[in-house]
Amino acid sequence: MGEPTRAWPSDTLTRVPFWVYQDDANYHAELRRIFEGPTWNYLCLESDVTEPGQFRTTFIGEMPVVVVRGQDGGVHAFENRCAHRGALIAIDDAGRVKHAFQCVYHAWSYDLRGNLIGIAFEKGSNGRGGMPAEFCKADHGPRKLRTTTLCGLVFGTLAPDTPPIEDYLGSEILGRLRRVMRKPVTVLGRFTQALPNNWKLYIENVKDTYHASLLHAFFGTFRITRLTQGGGVLVSPDGAHHASYTIGVPEDATSAAYREQGIRSELDGFRLADARLLDSEDEFGDRIQLQILTVFPNLVIQQVQNSLAIRQVLPKGLGAMELHWTYIGFADDTADLRQRRLRQANLVGPAGYVSMEDGCVGGFVQRGAAAASDELSVVNMGGDGTESMDTRATEASVRGFWKAYRRYMGC
Amino acid sequence: MLERVVSLNADYARAIDDDRLEDWPGFFTEKCLYKVTSADNHRRGLEVGVIYADSNGMLRDRVAALREANIYERQSYRHLVGLPAIVGPINEDGEVTRAETPFLVVRIMRDGTMDLFATGRYLDALVDDGGVLRLRERVVVCDSGRFDTLLAIPL
Repeated sequence: MGEPTRAWPSDTLTRVPFWVYQDDANYHAELRRIFEGPTWNYLCLESDVTEPGQFRTTFIGEMPVVVVRGQDGGVHAFENRCAHRGALIAIDDAGRVKHAFQCVYHAWSYDLRGNLIGIAFEKGSNGRGGMPAEFCKADHGPRKLRTTTLCGLVFGTLAPDTPPIEDYLGSEILGRLRRVMRKPVTVLGRFTQALPNNWKLYIENVKDTYHASLLHAFFGTFRITRLTQGGGVLVSPDGAHHASYTIGVPEDATSAAYREQGIRSELDGFRLADARLLDSEDEFGDRIQLQILTVFPNLVIQQVQNSLAIRQVLPKGLGAMELHWTYIGFADDTADLRQRRLRQANLVGPAGYVSMEDGCVGGFVQRGAAAASDELSVVNMGGDGTESMDTRATEASVRGFWKAYRRYMGC
Repeated sequence: MLERVVSLNADYARAIDDDRLEDWPGFFTEKCLYKVTSADNHRRGLEVGVIYADSNGMLRDRVAALREANIYERQSYRHLVGLPAIVGPINEDGEVTRAETPFLVVRIMRDGTMDLFATGRYLDALVDDGGVLRLRERVVVCDSGRFDTLLAIPL
């Protein structure tokens, strides 16, 4: 079960066959080997489940998951599937139960760790019917996840041998994550963006520092990020995780690098009527205006000026996925900073001046390469390695993704 | 008042659907709020919007960005705007009217695909601005918090 069916053309990371976005058997192998494999999947915020019995439902790949705060104060997670007939155990996005979950179908019940503890009419009725005496509840139950928390984020894994999250991320990416997730967070809102493409095309897009100022004219025009500004990309040693960043160095507005190449990003004379949009506060005290961080396989943590968000990547079949956006601030935000976050949320999300294009470009690849399953995509900017670089004119972190991907997939 | 709100909504929808986006900020007062959110966020009092503009300048910037910077596949909307309910004045002297109006938006893509893109309600605060009824506030509460691909053209 879950065997990839097609071979990679060579061992270079600079070429990616298009069938990886199109092959159904490969997709199902990904669900087993990556999402349900030895990886840490982001599940929810710790603040989503503060009280015993408080739960959220989410997914690991396509597997529905319940995340719940236990009586013992720990965060537990288990497959959202009744051991009886497979119905969803929890049927809302969030809520609270007292001591147990009860499946609505036949009222089988589960404790907060996902153990099957009750079967309706287990002994039958009036001495007739019921479950066989030898039926052992402890042998039946939904799959349980191991969970871990880091800076207010809850992660889960199905594999017994996934390394501790700190080791999984590596010290460099861990430091970048702690930089943003440094205080208790407040949720400012949630949206879902349905993307018409394979999940990997979105992950590649997020890791692709090369496209940022080329596709996104808004970025370039207002100098939120430019290839010619300070910045770089950090890639974890295994290639799986990355953090790219831009340092806010004022730049001569007449910088010629873009214009010489006639690139669309240079739109002279385009100025904001209300410049408060980009009026940001150096809240982290390091002049980094933008940091995009990914945790393999399904988490993006975004700082675009003062707009902070968690993006959870959920595959929904071979050519579809959902992006679950959680916009956050910190509990101790000043009113001023909170207003900035609300205004700068215009940059991201389904209608974001920047992010809207990431919503459609994956679909352009999915459709453009529809008849090209045997052709190869080129991922060669900045050479063929996956090392961290102090430039963003590179596809090092995209190659890093494929390095990790191929290791998990065994291909 | 009902007739004036109906007329404003009709003009508003035509401006967007006829691709006269440059006219869109004119339906709002200079100091204004336009926000697109979901029923769930709205119910929970969560402040963030998919679009959040707290000045007329931000609305003009949105149009300029759509025209000059942003990349998205050619598409258009067809708004069907229901009858407004006048919820009442929101201040004592009756200068501001509050109205709630349901809407439905079909999105037509360049290849002809038509989708029910959004449904919801406009929560409006309206004022007489020198003889013209304008929106001081329009909170677009979408029934669903799930947006397909992207939201470029305003609702």
